Amino acid sequence: MAIEVRVPTILRSYTGGAKTVEGAGSTLTELIDDLDAKHNGLKGRLITAEGGLHRFVNIYVNDEDVRFLGALDAKLSDGDSITILPAVAGGALGFAAAAALLGR
Amino acid sequence: MSPATLGVGKSHGNVNNVLTIDSAIVDAIVAHARRDHPDEACGVVAGPIGSDRPARLIPMDNAARSMTFYEFDSMEQLRVWREMDDNDEEPVVIYHSHTATEAYPSRTDISFAGEPGAHYLLVSTREPDSEEIRSFRIVDGVVTEEEINIVDATVDA
Repeated sequence: MAIEVRVPTILRSYTGGAKTVEGAGSTLTELIDDLDAKHNGLKGRLITAEGGLHRFVNIYVNDEDVRFLGALDAKLSDGDSITILPAVAGGALGFAAAAALLGR
Repeated sequence: MSPATLGVGKSHGNVNNVLTIDSAIVDAIVAHARRDHPDEACGVVAGPIGSDRPARLIPMDNAARSMTFYEFDSMEQLRVWREMDDNDEEPVVIYHSHTATEAYPSRTDISFAGEPGAHYLLVSTREPDSEEIRSFRIVDGVVTEEEINIVDATVDA
């Protein structure tokens, strides 16, 4: 058993074009480390230099946003399904202000 | 069957420099932008994968409810993106409004643009009686404006 991860178009350059990949880990952090070992560079698109979840992506465990599940500490089990989507956001506001507003 | 006969005549979104869209969909996007003014409005137009034809309008909540910022609600987005997956659709158009500035992508728009295959449609509602509507590709931080070809659907899908 493994954890299935659905990868959005914009990150498929890291997965050789694959829409779904498999990984393992008991937390989201472990899963992302495992994925990065197989798909080098993916971690940098999901996690910021400061070690938090990147504001440009949403990550879901089954039907829940991981931000409501403890973010990177979210517990995972074999058979879980992870979905990564690009966050859709923008607007006339300046970027620094927008980033601060999102607080992520 | 040779590979050359497969998918012949199919155009991929990325090589087109025009957005062809039904006038009824454009009217509905403008109505949404007017309804939410002075807050920014946002949404998606889904279409069959690979068709580059926006067919199904999905107005989204602006979770930020802001005059200068929009953000899809993450749970609504998951539901809509799954629905598109189930229907073999993709987001052909991602639209939003600017309510006090021109219909041109801001630095924030460019930083967040995460769908390289989508047309980013912007509507400006800063003038009360006319709208500025423009369309862009945003790929790897590079903005390319494209023409909008508004058509009248003659046949109901």
